[in-house]
Amino acid sequence: MRQFRMVSTSGILGYGYPEASLNAALERGVDMIGCDGGSSDPGPYYLGSGTSFVSQRSMRRDLRLMLIAAIKHKVPMVIGTAGGAGGEPHLQMVAQMVRDIARQENLHFKLALIHAEQDKALLKRRVQQGRTRPLGRMAALDEATVDRARRIVGMCGPEPYMRALDQGAQVVIGGRTSDPAPFAASAMRAQLPPAQGWYAGKMLECGAAPALPKGPDCLHVIVREDGVICEPMGDRACTPMSVANHSLHENASPIHHVEPGGMLDTSACRFEALSPKATLVTGMQWHPAEQYTVKLEAAELLGHRAISICGTRDPVLIGQLDHFLGLVRELLRGKVADLDITPDDYHLTIHSYGRDGVMAGREPVREISSHELGFVVDVVGKSADIATTVIALARTSMLHCDFPGRLCKEGNMAFPFSPSDLTAGEVYRFSMSHVVVPDDPYEMFPIEHETI
Amino acid sequence: MPRIRDIAKVCKSKNAGPFDLTLDIVFDKLDLFQRVRATGVLCPALFARLYNVPAEHVLFTEYEAGLAFKATLPRLVPAGDIGDTDMYGAQQHAPMLDVEIPI
Repeated sequence: MRQFRMVSTSGILGYGYPEASLNAALERGVDMIGCDGGSSDPGPYYLGSGTSFVSQRSMRRDLRLMLIAAIKHKVPMVIGTAGGAGGEPHLQMVAQMVRDIARQENLHFKLALIHAEQDKALLKRRVQQGRTRPLGRMAALDEATVDRARRIVGMCGPEPYMRALDQGAQVVIGGRTSDPAPFAASAMRAQLPPAQGWYAGKMLECGAAPALPKGPDCLHVIVREDGVICEPMGDRACTPMSVANHSLHENASPIHHVEPGGMLDTSACRFEALSPKATLVTGMQWHPAEQYTVKLEAAELLGHRAISICGTRDPVLIGQLDHFLGLVRELLRGKVADLDITPDDYHLTIHSYGRDGVMAGREPVREISSHELGFVVDVVGKSADIATTVIALARTSMLHCDFPGRLCKEGNMAFPFSPSDLTAGEVYRFSMSHVVVPDDPYEMFPIEHETI
Repeated sequence: MPRIRDIAKVCKSKNAGPFDLTLDIVFDKLDLFQRVRATGVLCPALFARLYNVPAEHVLFTEYEAGLAFKATLPRLVPAGDIGDTDMYGAQQHAPMLDVEIPI
């Protein structure tokens, strides 16, 4: 029976894995080494700013071992969503890392880069042509939203990966990509069916997350024509229940997984333990989409952040918290107006820990039972100067604002730090969740080859 | 009457993309899962009430293969936007814990 063996080293490149686990997977036999490089979970800052949420040092460590293993065993190594967000700076950062490691280790191979950052002119043309659609509750995409974006990426499907490998690349580093796609591409290239390929990808994209106990480790998967065998390395096990439950992870639905070009349907999956460590999954189905679409992600700049952290132990204040915070806002408004800063120039949020700092408006418990409260005072200003100016005034307002029955006349708040105000850099917003209809699955994802 | 915190093996929340929050309640025995399902307490209207969203915005799935119930609904604020309190959405599960299940 035809089969294809893959190892994913971890959930995200740079999260780390035991070297012994990679070696154990290589001993089992692998036809491809891969790792998902990214996530939108750490928020829009990384996409917008072009930086990574994982340190370069830890990425380099993970990459080095994978690269050496791939060249030694003469198998492809594939990374999707390089650098965390998969924009051009992220892709170039990881590509340079690959070149540096190759030079240090005297490795030679064909490298392909798959670009996923999107051209605004092309996207605006697609908007004009009516070839974009909103997902979920988003408004329709317009040209102004395209213009405002600091960076836009398309979510690459498996097709460009298959083409890059077909064209002779041994190492493929991709920009923003559907997490399972690099694995699905590798399996489909080996003539295995898309349902099994995509299912394998869904497991592999998170490293050993489908196993118990949870922890950063390598996952070995065998894709067969009838199903997928999952086995974690290290002292872990993929049980029928742990594998089934992995379908819940970060998905809107555990049974319907929308991917570029179609939908993976796991509603009829069956899970069977093959050994204490390995589980066979069968019964997955792939429903091709009527029309191929590419999902867009974008980040637009909202402003610059400055914060201050403080706490109160005063029961009189805690007993009238909303009133107090209202007084602070009023005092601040006056002080800020004196500096010719308008209310539109900044946004003030006061996170009140001990009341609703975690759930905000969805907190069902309305009464405060804590003897102390913590505050993160958050100012997002149109410029860095406005943010630092407003946070300084917000801090002194929190400290000195009078309120009815006030006994703590020297100050309302305890500040743990000097300086008490911290600048937190640029603030972005995820501004797109739309799909675009491309001419074909390749046009938005140019492939660039080089010989190392 | 047992609450979810008394009988579930897992009760968790997490982002499902930057715009949605997904909630999972997982049991460890088929019989228990089926008895919970039979009560009908876990339904879109429950999650709509707990999280203050319209019921039509709740995508609810009974997932017997994983002995789990899943509800996905809009985040209060998109991840990382001004006013967001929980970037990963990992601490939005508490309102489910005290829901009573008449089994």
